Amino acid sequence: MRVELQRICKHFGPVKANDGISLLLEEGKIYGLLGENGAGKSTLMKILSGYQPPDSGEILVDGQPVLFDSPATALTSGVGMLYQDPLDMPPFRVIDNYLLGRDNRLPLNYKKAAAELQDLSTRYDFEINVNAFVDTLSMGERQQLELVRQLAGGAEVLILDEPTTGISAEQQKLLFDSMRKLAQEEGKTLILVSHKLDEIQELCTHAFILRQGQLVGESEVPCLNENLVRMMFGQVPAKSERPYFELGEPVLEVENLNAGDYRLKIEDINLSVQAGEVFGLAGLEGSGQRRLIQACAGLIQPNSGRIKLAGEDISGWSYHRRQSAGVAYVAAGRLEEGLVDDLSLTEHLVLAQPEHSFLIDWDGARQEMERRIAHYQIVGRPDSTAGELSGGNQQRLLFALLDSPLKLLLFEHPTRGLDVRSTNYIWDLFYQRREQGTAILFLSADLDEIIERSDRIAVFSGGRMSRIVSANETSVDELGHLIGGQQ
Amino acid sequence: MKFRQSPSIGWTLTRQQALLWAWPIVPVIAALLFTAGLLVIFDTSPAVAVQAMYQGAMGEASNRLSVVAFWVPLMLASTGLLVTFRAGLWNIGIEGQIILGAIGASWVALRIDAPAPILIAIELIVAMAAGAIWALFVALLKTRGHVHEIFGGLALNSLAVILTNYLISGPWQPAEGGSFRGTAPFPDKALLPLLSESRFAPLSLLFAMVAFALVVIALRGTFWGLKLKALGKNAYSSFLLGVSSKREIILAMMFCGALAGLGGAVRTLSWFDSLRQSISGGIGFTALLVVMLANYNMWLVPFIALFFSGVLQGGITLQLRTQLHSSLGGILTGVMVLFVLLFSDPRKLGITDTKMVSDHGPPEVRGQPLDPFGRDIPEGD
Repeated sequence: MRVELQRICKHFGPVKANDGISLLLEEGKIYGLLGENGAGKSTLMKILSGYQPPDSGEILVDGQPVLFDSPATALTSGVGMLYQDPLDMPPFRVIDNYLLGRDNRLPLNYKKAAAELQDLSTRYDFEINVNAFVDTLSMGERQQLELVRQLAGGAEVLILDEPTTGISAEQQKLLFDSMRKLAQEEGKTLILVSHKLDEIQELCTHAFILRQGQLVGESEVPCLNENLVRMMFGQVPAKSERPYFELGEPVLEVENLNAGDYRLKIEDINLSVQAGEVFGLAGLEGSGQRRLIQACAGLIQPNSGRIKLAGEDISGWSYHRRQSAGVAYVAAGRLEEGLVDDLSLTEHLVLAQPEHSFLIDWDGARQEMERRIAHYQIVGRPDSTAGELSGGNQQRLLFALLDSPLKLLLFEHPTRGLDVRSTNYIWDLFYQRREQGTAILFLSADLDEIIERSDRIAVFSGGRMSRIVSANETSVDELGHLIGGQQ
Repeated sequence: MKFRQSPSIGWTLTRQQALLWAWPIVPVIAALLFTAGLLVIFDTSPAVAVQAMYQGAMGEASNRLSVVAFWVPLMLASTGLLVTFRAGLWNIGIEGQIILGAIGASWVALRIDAPAPILIAIELIVAMAAGAIWALFVALLKTRGHVHEIFGGLALNSLAVILTNYLISGPWQPAEGGSFRGTAPFPDKALLPLLSESRFAPLSLLFAMVAFALVVIALRGTFWGLKLKALGKNAYSSFLLGVSSKREIILAMMFCGALAGLGGAVRTLSWFDSLRQSISGGIGFTALLVVMLANYNMWLVPFIALFFSGVLQGGITLQLRTQLHSSLGGILTGVMVLFVLLFSDPRKLGITDTKMVSDHGPPEVRGQPLDPFGRDIPEGD
């Protein structure tokens, strides 16, 4: 089966997730689809698998235009997708899941289905116990079940979205072997969506690279990693010239930290951030950098290891205790995790202030908010609700609510979605904090920002932290390699 | 009837604005029409029914006093619910908290001997404590065990009823022999002083008014009230801003439980004179309807509660005059709340005023998160 995507476009508000992407997928090949977060990989694959329709553009199967209005119709046309989180029903047995959406007769023919399932799994050396409950299976086994289910449903083109996340090395080998078998012996088309260069190099015959919603390159693989990295992240910008700043004593020290759960563990994290230092964390979303920030904030408890604040062990402290000790945390979702949509700016200020009287002095609070609105250049009034502010102003509000002075400031995506002016303003505020001796640990998806603004940088990949690099001596190129899991 | 199509946009907008302004009346009218239709089906003239209900609620002084006597505990419970609703909590367990208040007061009345003022004071304090503890169980189940307050509350409601039945038929049964109806009447000094021949205790009116005033002040002017408001709107953001959500949930529930317990004491010490099988008479559930109908407008609560009290008392007279069961009053109030919830958002039904519409989500009661703790712990990455 030969599938062609022609000029696929998909917009989400002002964001062009897919901007006229055309590509051709031939029988018996394994394709790699590469790109940063937000490059448009998932959107494109969701369109191909019928999960969402494109705004414009066409999908041709063997030269015939097709219209997928649901994953089920896509599968009848032979396109199946394995999602990153398996879409199975954990409280059911394997056999029930297998039959789900396949056998619509009453009564269900369990015997025949079990034989089918058994047959398919032996063909790919999977060991699936048909009567096991899905929640007793490992991630890899659930994936195998889903793969078999898609094949039984008639999939000729199989999309695998980050399939190696959360599975063991052994299962990865099994998966890759079965993928090769499917392509080479059975003539299926496979698409591997991944950001791990090694996997693409090992498995694929051809790679497509997306950036900012466009297809920016394709290449036969294996090839030089260099080329792929350059296409993924664009041209390497000049190294930043950072003004020298005298750093103080270590404020945050993380020693042998282990945290997280079965979905994502961060292991053996060691780092220290000094007073006045800006420390940047890079990595694709879901690589563990957010876990580290949340562990430092006290939102997730470490499994082992220590976190020290100005020399004092705070590992067991609650979020609120750390907050009153001078640790501030600002999350990525401004209106979901940080601000309350329907509360006024003044109400936010009253809530965020460390000292409280029983009765609220509304007039005093309003005046203080007026002052901060002027100081932080927020476009809004004390009685505006947080939801009425623009993204940039919400970010300024979050800054306006921070205590002074702070020992440690933890920040997620400080400038995501902000225009250049707001971005520069936010960083000026960071630098003011830095002058006061605040240690700053932030994460961002923007590598240029990380290199330009940080003193030192660490990169996360699959829950592991890379060596720590100095911002003055690194490049987008190097970080790109580290993001791909290469040291 | 045909409306003249107006040429100017301005007129259209005004008409829509007028419709939006009058919107709150629509569900009330719809509920009345629905109930009238029901009466017609049962071969009763709506006019007769309305007159009977009016007579039952307002006809004579004794009727009016009954309405007020019923209104007081309803008001206490509704006032408590204003606090829990503000914190985004569905305190369905209020019924059980009322019953526990009644049990607490009864225990004092049956077991303790003291001069009247002291005895009554102890009764009220114990009743409030009992209601608060019953609410504390719900709060702990929620904060410690992650049991949603609706389920915890329902379970504790059942337990409260079972406990009442056990006490009535067991340890507290009257000397002349057990019945499922109630305990022996309490001594006069244990009861709230009543106004003449009615079931209305003037003192209880004072409780309701003081409680309501306190809650209005607490919700408007205190830091605690602001914390509850933030918690009710976005529990996780509030937590990040520094609000200890668990503590506030426990406090809000206990506050509500204490007022509900006081309501239960008023029921047992003035409406009745003993602990009865159905001591609450559904006041807790009715109070939930009152607060939902008021939709966060605190000032509406006393009036809605009074209206409901009148309708429910009128239903009793209705039964005497017609063959209809007194539950018609309950049907009317229930249907009214259903219609209010159904019509609560004119925008969802396609009536919009471009000037007023913002895209910040539906109004409050609809938008109440069923589980403000849906995201208790950050998922990370």
